[in-house]
Amino acid sequence: MSHHIVELKGLSHVYPDGTNALDDITLRITHGESVAIVGANGAGKSTLLLHLNGYLWPTSGSVRIGDYPLTKETLREARRTVGMIFQDPDDQLFMPTIFDDVAFGPFNLGLPRDEVETRVQEALVRMDIAHLRDKPPFKLSAGEKRRAAIATVLSMAPDILVLDEPTTGLDPLGRRQIISILKDFTHTRIIATHDLDLVLDLCSRTIVLHRGTVRADGRTLDIFRDDALLAECHLEQPLSMQGCPICAGKMKHGG
Amino acid sequence: MAEIARSFHDLNYIDTLSCMDSPVHRIDPRAKLATFLIFAVCVVSFGKYEVSALLPYFFFPAVIIPLARIPARYFAGKIVFLLPFAVLIGIFNPLYDRETLLSIAGLPVSGGMISFVSILIRFILTILAALMLVAVTGFTGVCMALERFGVPKTFTTQLMMLYRYIFVLTSEGMRMARARDLRSVGRKGSGLKVYGSLIGYLLIRTWNRAQRIHMAMLSRGYRGDFFLRRPLRITSADIAFGLGWSAVFITLRFVNLPRIAGQLIMGVLS
Repeated sequence: MSHHIVELKGLSHVYPDGTNALDDITLRITHGESVAIVGANGAGKSTLLLHLNGYLWPTSGSVRIGDYPLTKETLREARRTVGMIFQDPDDQLFMPTIFDDVAFGPFNLGLPRDEVETRVQEALVRMDIAHLRDKPPFKLSAGEKRRAAIATVLSMAPDILVLDEPTTGLDPLGRRQIISILKDFTHTRIIATHDLDLVLDLCSRTIVLHRGTVRADGRTLDIFRDDALLAECHLEQPLSMQGCPICAGKMKHGG
Repeated sequence: MAEIARSFHDLNYIDTLSCMDSPVHRIDPRAKLATFLIFAVCVVSFGKYEVSALLPYFFFPAVIIPLARIPARYFAGKIVFLLPFAVLIGIFNPLYDRETLLSIAGLPVSGGMISFVSILIRFILTILAALMLVAVTGFTGVCMALERFGVPKTFTTQLMMLYRYIFVLTSEGMRMARARDLRSVGRKGSGLKVYGSLIGYLLIRTWNRAQRIHMAMLSRGYRGDFFLRRPLRITSADIAFGLGWSAVFITLRFVNLPRIAGQLIMGVLS
């Protein structure tokens, strides 16, 4: 049994055009943790995530997934270990039907057909979309697509789940469904998001990125109580932590 | 731009048709593809002045369309829409080929006229067959069948991806066009220049998307192979469908039924 850890040491990334996207990032996420990565637009969240499955390689520093450092040789294993869920489900659902899409990963792992069938069914049931298995992706609603995208990764039985903005563009119910499903997962979870209420619900630890560096790393509640830090990093307290302007009779701005 | 929206809707519609269930839908894609190919080859292989021998081929759509419970009206609309292309191909035949081949009720009919009509009939038959095939098999089914027939995997994969992303791309194109329309305040003036940059932008968006999709494929272990489930299974019904129809088409290719019927009637009358 491997340890589902992610370890970054002195990770820096400079894009070919000279943009210094990440600068000396060091962090360690251990087995079963649920960690949020927050920060302003352009803070480096997506670049960081793309290092976790070897799509981008560090300019300097190292990435360690589970028991192995991430190299060309361990890439395949790392991609199985780290399930990556992209921001736009339309990028992730490219097969003719949902079934084929969810089966794509297991087939590439070389699993026999029966096993693939079982895994797909499990993932679909888990995401509550078993009834959509024969539908083409473009006929699904945004919320269904999002759940299907997660299912495509679950079927590969990853140890670590990486999610980029899992709730953007969803209606409140769809958002709630995603949150409650993610809550039940026992995987190590890394969630990059602007939805700080989701962070409050799902992640006990929060890492704040600011201009490519780790500005803060600690307990979510501590970080969200630090107004100065939040303001500096273009963030705001989650709505659920702000006093209700109507009931409490206090309004922060104007009116 | 309403044009794009309409084509989009059409594509969506034919896809919906292909998800229905009927005896024809249930037949193995390979059997259907082979049958439709033989149909098309038979129809186009006739001599250029052939008209009467082509007519019995309408029997095929006339049976399949009701059996598959797909709306004939939809196909009629498509064909009317596409017909101008066929007209364009054949329109000059009557001018070049003026030799009188037969006369109907005393009116001379030139060879060009006959070949023109023949082109139109073949066009209608083949387009009808292609549309019917997609409507009863689905695009994926056709691709899978092609692959089983030995078409390279790269090619069928491309086709499938293309088909999947037509929907994503058209909706992106529609959004861009809508943004342009809303800000051009009903004027059409700066057309070409704006279209140039719109298309350029669409290309960049497509490129970026392709990159993201590739990324998603890689992170799920893609190494160049595509797997589809549904191990295709040929049953005796599929074989009967294929062989039966093929036999009909090939027989009709060599036996001119209308002429024989005509001769019989003439024989009875005289």
